[in-house]
Amino acid sequence: MDPEIFDVEGADVAWCPGCGDFPILRTLKAALAELEIDQKKLVLASGIGQAGKLPHYLKSHTYNSLHGRALSPAAAIKAVNRELTVIVTSGDGDMYGEGGNHLMHTIRRNPDITGIVHNNMVYGLTKGQASPTSQLEMKTPLQVEGVSLEPFNPLAVAIALDASFVARTFAGDVEHMKEVFKEAIKHKGFALVDVFQPCPTFNKTNTYRWFKDNTYKLEDSHNVYDRNESFKRAIETEKYPLGIFYKNENRLTFEETLSVYSEESSPLFERKTDISKVKDLIELKRSVQ
Amino acid sequence: MSEFLSGEDVSIVLCGEAGQGIQTVEAILVQAVKLGGYNVFSSKEYMSRVRGGENSTQIRVSSKRINAYVDRIDILIAISKGAINHLKERISENTIIIGDEETLKDVVRPDVIKIPFLKIAKSIGGPIYANIIAAGALSRVLNIDKEIFDECITAMFLRKGEKILKGDLEAGAEGYKIGDDLLKSGKFKIEIQKDPEIRNELLLNGIDVFGYGCLAGGVKFMSSYPMTPTTSLQVFIARHSKDFDIIFEQAEDEIAAINMGLGASYAGARALTATSGSGFALMTEAVGLSGMIETPIVIYIGQRPGPAVGLPTRTAQEDLNLVLYSGPGETPRAIFAPGNFEDAFYMTQRAFNIADKYQIPVFILSDQYMADIYYNIPYLMTKEVKIENFESIVKTDEKYRRFEIIEDGISPRGIPGFGDGLVVVDSDEHDEEGHITEDLNLRTKMVEKRLKKLEGIKKDVVPPELIGPLDYKILVIGWGSTYGPIKEALDKLKSNEIAFLYFKQVYPLYENTLNYLENAQKTIIFENNANSQFGNLIKLETGFEVHKKALKYNGMPFSVEEVMERLKNIWEEL
Repeated sequence: MDPEIFDVEGADVAWCPGCGDFPILRTLKAALAELEIDQKKLVLASGIGQAGKLPHYLKSHTYNSLHGRALSPAAAIKAVNRELTVIVTSGDGDMYGEGGNHLMHTIRRNPDITGIVHNNMVYGLTKGQASPTSQLEMKTPLQVEGVSLEPFNPLAVAIALDASFVARTFAGDVEHMKEVFKEAIKHKGFALVDVFQPCPTFNKTNTYRWFKDNTYKLEDSHNVYDRNESFKRAIETEKYPLGIFYKNENRLTFEETLSVYSEESSPLFERKTDISKVKDLIELKRSVQ
Repeated sequence: MSEFLSGEDVSIVLCGEAGQGIQTVEAILVQAVKLGGYNVFSSKEYMSRVRGGENSTQIRVSSKRINAYVDRIDILIAISKGAINHLKERISENTIIIGDEETLKDVVRPDVIKIPFLKIAKSIGGPIYANIIAAGALSRVLNIDKEIFDECITAMFLRKGEKILKGDLEAGAEGYKIGDDLLKSGKFKIEIQKDPEIRNELLLNGIDVFGYGCLAGGVKFMSSYPMTPTTSLQVFIARHSKDFDIIFEQAEDEIAAINMGLGASYAGARALTATSGSGFALMTEAVGLSGMIETPIVIYIGQRPGPAVGLPTRTAQEDLNLVLYSGPGETPRAIFAPGNFEDAFYMTQRAFNIADKYQIPVFILSDQYMADIYYNIPYLMTKEVKIENFESIVKTDEKYRRFEIIEDGISPRGIPGFGDGLVVVDSDEHDEEGHITEDLNLRTKMVEKRLKKLEGIKKDVVPPELIGPLDYKILVIGWGSTYGPIKEALDKLKSNEIAFLYFKQVYPLYENTLNYLENAQKTIIFENNANSQFGNLIKLETGFEVHKKALKYNGMPFSVEEVMERLKNIWEEL
């Protein structure tokens, strides 16, 4: 499949030149094309922020939601129609700040969707304030003395919650990113992909160069099924590992737990309520309960 | 002897601590009363605690149809020591108080009949049987056949095993003996006319009726966060989810609940969420989202007194303003406020269809009182009324544009995965395709397109029901659950000068409302809030200031007596 099928004609892209969102967008299209994903069955959900605009630049069904809330509708979309491929594109503010509670519980719920977090360690759309992943001492117009809150570690949190797929990649390494995206989308269950993404406008510290110098790839020998080992690797900060940290393929997906699919597989919009059944139910109230 | 006890209508109140089993007695008695051929109504008030405190349940037994709370207590079953004090303002010289001799040993009053319920219960097998003995005694006093009482006991306790059932049947028999003695004492003379037809009627609970309405409205997805008094609707839907192809999910919070609902609705499943004021406050951002992405959702709100957590287990009508103005920006909506079971069923079913037809958020604004009441009616779904659900989903083609600007503002609604088109929705202002835009001319058109839908919604408004004479001098206005007490008060006053205008949809306001108001010499509105929120809405929409405002905001519903008192006063002023 040609990735151009996902191009949006005449899209007025709102990202700054040199933004790490561009390679993420390109790579996601390439990954979808290689996986032969039917765009008529593809829903991109997003929240608010620069990353949340991605669905407008990738031709698909789109649910651009409220700030921090994309995971909730995404899980529900998948639940009512399992034939759809559902991907959430979000940023560090959207997913780890405003939407933190939903992230935690979506990991527990384990819908078969993918969450891609453009993590540039800064707020872009609101122009340069600290994000949950901003590094200590980074000065911003609001954190005038420098960031003093411990950076949020999404991978460690996800592994602690026994997420079914946890990975990190880097917008400066397109091949790596594509392979991780493909694995995440193919994975059955909730897949969290944190993407290190340089923000040339507001984050002068965590540049392409900085990410290159401060990351390395997990060895092929890393056992993705070893939760303790994966957690250890997730809390490394000397240099940040990239790759698939952890997988748990034994967890049931949210959809698999739903009784609506125990006897029938059709999407819910195809199912009509039989009014006579409601009537029968009411009629039971004529006798002693 | 109490005059009421020889009348056509008895009010029995059971009062005890949380955890003492009042609900079990209520459940048995309401069934027994109905099967015995009487009309029955029950209502409860309870504290926000799992054990202790004082909770009470009223059971009215009548030869006439009743669906309202009364202050009057004819028979009080005091299960706890504190019951008498808890209800002191409602106990009159005519109230007969019955309680356990041990529990009430410190209570010295001539009107208290002490019976060794606990002692007998222990001889049967344990104190848990005391309530059943009391229920049996009441059932006997009400002249309900013992076979009927046993039938109720059996239905309720069969699943708990033979031993417990046997004990309960024995307890019931002991209760009947006590009832015989009470009747012989001459203190009771209850002569309520029985109607064998009632035996076969429906005995319904408020929340169940809303639940049936949701099922009939084709609900396919519900996510909610538990909150009194709407948890019971969540329980209802969860319980019936398998049989009716519904996904029920307990969300991590109300924000997730409504956002999941909107996602499900976007993908074609009729969606519902239920909450109360505080929970709804968290949902309001998504009300704006529903309006913006034109994705239907039904929101059931069980009102309780606020602000903030307020009185969690009690009743109110304080959230009309919150619902009316919820969400950022301007977006159309509809608000239903049914006041009886028939309307609760049909308005709920209608809510789903109006939501779908106009692709908007629709509210069912009810309250704790309405959720918790029981009464009997002959039928809920009549043969004549054919229930049809509106089909709003279209199969898309490649040129599909989700927000195509058309005459009535209602763009054809596509969903992902059905047809060849792409369905793009955005919480930002968007173009016809659904993509983000800052074209300010297009913005203006989109606002107008969304608000245009209000014209259709107004045409579909359910008019208020005028109850009473057409040439009224006094017009009583009520909405939602005040229907019951207002209706009964008017029935009792038998005035040919007072009529009742009952609103089952409060927004948009019915366009001819002003005509009704102007035809009255005096108008009075009853509301369970302190600011007359609906009265203010009427003024805003019509310019008409309702003359008198009867407002109650202590967490209890209006009683029939209170409404009568207020109406008598205004009547005398004419």
